[in-house]
Amino acid sequence: MKPERWHPLFRILRPTLLLASVASLLWAVPFAWMAVASLRQAGAGVIDLAALLPSGPFGFANFADAWASGHFPLWYLNTILLCGGILLIQCITVSLAGYAFARMRFRGLNTVFNLFLLQLMLVPPILIVPNLNTLVSLHLYDTLAGVAAPYCASAFGVFLMRQTFRTLPREYEEAALIDGASRLRIIWHVLLPLARPGLVAFAIVSVTAHWNEFLWPLMATSSPSTQVLTVGLASFTSGAEAGSEWGVIAAGTFFVAAPLLVIFVSFQRQFVSSFTFSGIK
Amino acid sequence: MVPWLLLAPSAVFLLLFTYWPIVQVVLGSLTVQGFRGARRLGWDNYGHLFADQHFRTAIVNNLIYAAGTVLPSVVLALVFAVALRESTRLTALLRTLVVMPMLIPLVAAAALFAFIFLPNAGLLDYYLAHFGMSETNWLGDPSLALGSIIAITVWKNSGYYMLFFLAGLAGIPQDLLDAARIDGASAFQRFFRITLPLLGPTLLFVGVIAVLNALTQVDHVIVLTNGGPSDSTALLLFYIYQQAHQNFDVGLASAATVVSVAALFALSLVSIRTFERGIHYEA
Repeated sequence: MKPERWHPLFRILRPTLLLASVASLLWAVPFAWMAVASLRQAGAGVIDLAALLPSGPFGFANFADAWASGHFPLWYLNTILLCGGILLIQCITVSLAGYAFARMRFRGLNTVFNLFLLQLMLVPPILIVPNLNTLVSLHLYDTLAGVAAPYCASAFGVFLMRQTFRTLPREYEEAALIDGASRLRIIWHVLLPLARPGLVAFAIVSVTAHWNEFLWPLMATSSPSTQVLTVGLASFTSGAEAGSEWGVIAAGTFFVAAPLLVIFVSFQRQFVSSFTFSGIK
Repeated sequence: MVPWLLLAPSAVFLLLFTYWPIVQVVLGSLTVQGFRGARRLGWDNYGHLFADQHFRTAIVNNLIYAAGTVLPSVVLALVFAVALRESTRLTALLRTLVVMPMLIPLVAAAALFAFIFLPNAGLLDYYLAHFGMSETNWLGDPSLALGSIIAITVWKNSGYYMLFFLAGLAGIPQDLLDAARIDGASAFQRFFRITLPLLGPTLLFVGVIAVLNALTQVDHVIVLTNGGPSDSTALLLFYIYQQAHQNFDVGLASAATVVSVAALFALSLVSIRTFERGIHYEA
């Protein structure tokens, strides 16, 4: 019998799906705790802290406390500036290089391409020691520009844009070339509008990666004014942990995690295809 | 000329922050600091590095961590993908739940698990107490701490890997599976004889990504255990961080960086092959 003809209830009760359902719910437990603990009013007994079933009284006191004891507006601003700045420069560098690798034939192409791909693996956190030296000598230590600098070129983005440009028909640009348009004009006016899906996929992956990054921003900055959300959360958490303010920690964690989660739930399909596209399959 | 101009903006940043740093760590690892700032070339840093008990522990820990995170998270991801492959409202919801951890920062995950692993009052102990288990110091017991860190990583990454398997599964022709079903192949046989072999390239790709993550992500270690207790959660990158951040030993930090660059370089050789095969397979 074909599965479509099964009774809906039976379909739900199929063993693999049932097992996966239980596992998925288990997967969500940390988030459930975050929601319940952050909304629970301060003053609830310590023992009840772990209870996942919501029990009142509820309120937003933990959020207010977290907001007051951390520098969230500054951390948000820094994180947005960092992610936006990186993305802006990356879009330029990866589009140009992606085009060169997709459309042009030149000596040393394969070697250069493989050298570019090296960066897929040799990610900046591994190279913290030498990169910190470079930042200091460029006077970029403890600046957001310094945190962004190692990411301004992206091997992954170059690869993605190369693949995207290759799927576009050559006729458009050939017509433009014959009309005497320069390469830059062709990339900007003809190819990039067509390559939007690739750029969007890249933007999603890039922003997610840099929004969540911790070790490199931690090492490359030292003053409170250049802290991003993740670095701020870590210092905020270690302070609140000493006072066992778990509800406040849950609220602070929510502030850091919520923006991407909200965007993800709203644009789920786009997110999923971006991340799997990024997998190059 | 034109292609080189187009590559130049990327190349400047790659030179400054990828190639030059590699040259720098290789040179730094071979430079021995003598008295009064005297310098000479030599292998001493590597000698010290491999003699350092902390480094050896970090290598062993990292191997355990890699084995403990890569295999379970890849298998779990595959199971999730197969179970949730059909698109219904229910599976869409469940997929969302599994994918959510990949979208939050590892430090945020660490903040949540700090409470989950809290002895006695924490979430895990609270519920395990119902089964008669007594208080456990998940992050403070040297024999459990690395396992707890591994659990966080598996929780965080499985959903990400599942996405690749879902995409891979979507590429397997349904006729093939239907034909096998008509020929009397069991679900078990269809999975191991058809689905799994066709997922080969995806499996290899996800494996490479998982190993890469095992070598390059230590945020939770820094926040939760700081390598302890008694070095039980110190990983290679954590060791580098510690040398650079706390001990200021550039020679030792450079030598350790060279070791991890070498490991990643080997991994990238494997993965470039993987990509090529993947592209072939696609075409």
